[in-house]
Amino acid sequence: MSISRREFLKWSSAAGASAAAGVSLRARAAGGRVVVIGGGFGGATAAKYISMWAPEVRVTLIERNREFISCPLSNRVLAGQMTLQDLTRGYGALSAKYGVDVLHEEVTQIDPERRIVETTRGTSVGYDRLIVSPGIDLLFDEIPGLNSAEARAKILHAWKAGPQTIALRKQLEAMPDGGVYAICIPKAPYRCPPGPYERACQVAWYFKNAKPKSKVLILDANEKVISKEGLFTKAWKEMYPGMVEYRPNSTLVDVDASSNTAKLEFEDVKADVLNVVPPQRAADIAMKTGLITANNKWCGVDYRSFESTVRNNIHVLGDAIVAAPLMPKSGHMANQHAKVCAAAVIELLDGGQVNPNPMLTNTCYSFVSAKDVIHVASVHKYDPEKKTLVTVQGAGGVSSAPNEMEGSFAEAWGRNIWADMLG
Amino acid sequence: MNIDRLVALAVLGWAMLAAWPAQAADNTARSLAATCTGCHGTNGVSAGGIPTIAGLEQARIVTLLQEFRDGKRPSTVMQQHAKGYTDEQIELIAAWFAARK
Repeated sequence: MSISRREFLKWSSAAGASAAAGVSLRARAAGGRVVVIGGGFGGATAAKYISMWAPEVRVTLIERNREFISCPLSNRVLAGQMTLQDLTRGYGALSAKYGVDVLHEEVTQIDPERRIVETTRGTSVGYDRLIVSPGIDLLFDEIPGLNSAEARAKILHAWKAGPQTIALRKQLEAMPDGGVYAICIPKAPYRCPPGPYERACQVAWYFKNAKPKSKVLILDANEKVISKEGLFTKAWKEMYPGMVEYRPNSTLVDVDASSNTAKLEFEDVKADVLNVVPPQRAADIAMKTGLITANNKWCGVDYRSFESTVRNNIHVLGDAIVAAPLMPKSGHMANQHAKVCAAAVIELLDGGQVNPNPMLTNTCYSFVSAKDVIHVASVHKYDPEKKTLVTVQGAGGVSSAPNEMEGSFAEAWGRNIWADMLG
Repeated sequence: MNIDRLVALAVLGWAMLAAWPAQAADNTARSLAATCTGCHGTNGVSAGGIPTIAGLEQARIVTLLQEFRDGKRPSTVMQQHAKGYTDEQIELIAAWFAARK
């Protein structure tokens, strides 16, 4: 049979119309190369989902750590309820099951013009699209007393899970009954809004059972508890009466590491265990590459694709981005960013159309005791007029009260999301 | 126009019409469903403790999400999530997970 050229073109225009609608009727383009920097909640998820949804794309994941250790849920280690091993997962499945090329190296340089990533080992990897999910770096410079390695080994943050988590637990174990644990919280936005308040609960629970004369002091730079305020405040009062003191508007300006003294604007506070969560920003590689656009801290992105607003072909995920309104810097959120980004990158590599209506959701679980949990949830949709993600009115919310059923959901959340990222 | 040509055009046209809405809807459904998988597991296959939703009947998933949304089925987080989606989105999500057999 034969079809005239004129007739073929008539049908081809229908194909053109559907391509404009975001559909690729031609055979998928032969791949393309994606490099992902950072193997956490954002990066690992992005690497897996691109590989799963578009196996023809070559994906390289560069993650300097050989294992993933979840900071979410790591507060439970401080209470002796979980071990670091419980929180640890390997990268083997990403390569074995999904064909991701996993490099355990550290990125030294990104060349956005030549589209090349270089590592400490001298590896050079070219990309068509780059996804940077680097997490945060802690601004020790803003607290002069933390300017030595010695000081930082004593005044811990444990805001990246691993050796610091264990070390902080050891400090708490060594503290005599009647001692004071103080935690300093930086001004929002910071990684994991409910995290410090959960930590106060976990330490209080440990103290209540092991050294009940001890105290938990929360020195919060913010004006009030910035996540699940009512629920945390009630938990401190009812579950740990007389043990937990919350002080808002208490910005840390310096520390004296040798005496465990937190220096606030108008007073000094001494503790037996001083835990400082420093101010933070998008990690160094983002800064070095010129991706930071806001307050010298966070990277601006187009929320439909997570592409950087200032560097073509580079996407940024997770805590490092400028958050949309009411969007927390959470692991759950980074996992959601990654899936929106994965879908967008696949389309962009294929010359297709990015989904104009991405949806994202968040659930953050906090353990207020060994087994009782409270959550906060939100659902986000893209607003094309405001050019940002907004929360869906009427959706989202918090727990009515701490409960054990949510405790088991929280544990299950961990198992499921780590498998969704890495399994 | 001869019969061969008619058939060729019809097949081509049908293939495009069949593929276009399915492809676009598939990717939209896939991305919507992906908002659920952090808790319910990749492709809706749970690692335990939270229900697997892969392979459930489409109508069942729609009913469950509507019951959660309307408060007819008690929940801890599901009402708060279900209220975030339109009926059309719920249908797409349900169809997508139902197809993960």
